[in-house]
Amino acid sequence: MSNQIEKVSIVISRGSLEGVYPGLIMANGARMEGIEATLFFTFFGLDAIMEKRINKLKVATVGNPAMHMPTMLGMLPGMSAFATSMMKKEMDKIDIPPVDEFLEMIKDAGADLYACKATVDMFHLTMDDFVPQVDDIINVGKFYEISAGAQIIFT
Amino acid sequence: MPVREIAGVQVDVDDEGFMTNPDQWNEEIARVLAAEEGIAELTPGHLQVIKFMRDDFKEKGQPPTIRRMNKVGGIATKDLYEWFPKGPAKKAARISGLGKPQGCV
Repeated sequence: MSNQIEKVSIVISRGSLEGVYPGLIMANGARMEGIEATLFFTFFGLDAIMEKRINKLKVATVGNPAMHMPTMLGMLPGMSAFATSMMKKEMDKIDIPPVDEFLEMIKDAGADLYACKATVDMFHLTMDDFVPQVDDIINVGKFYEISAGAQIIFT
Repeated sequence: MPVREIAGVQVDVDDEGFMTNPDQWNEEIARVLAAEEGIAELTPGHLQVIKFMRDDFKEKGQPPTIRRMNKVGGIATKDLYEWFPKGPAKKAARISGLGKPQGCV
């Protein structure tokens, strides 16, 4: 029992759809197992909590060999939108919600959500830019403080 | 397959203590399983969750996800976590006499 994970802090640093979801699924999964969870959004990961961008995240079709598609094809207009809508459709089938609904669910599950202060300053943002599930804007020091005793997972 | 006696009934369970035959379930069994999960009393809220889970299982063949309990069953996620602390989907499924949820959400 003592080897069980009791607390996780998950950093989401990317703003593509495939960059955001793994962290969200891990945070939600942690809460489902009774594990305390904190989410920390930094750099382009902030797109996932920004009111005007949250539902516009896209799958990256360029620079991703696992797409199994020539780079030139991935550059064509509409390819990213197409890949994104395919992925969303498949996720909905297995009951993975859209990002905004997922954040609500994770928040209701008792996780805490934070935005990274350095990025917020860099992009000139305020709490008003974020969805209401975001608890606060914190610096990296505070992040470590909150993460005391937690496993830190960087995505 | 292991068999154990719960509330005077012989029921089939798996290695993790989840019942494998939902038809062997009754509310008395639910009370015993709930107590094992640290839930002293089944409130109307608990019973509403259990009823939805069992009905949905009959229809879909698998225990509902938390999202489905919210969207289809009208059970608020916050309530679910309050009524079944530390692992609502798994605990509620076990108390409802269903198998362990297999999904990731």
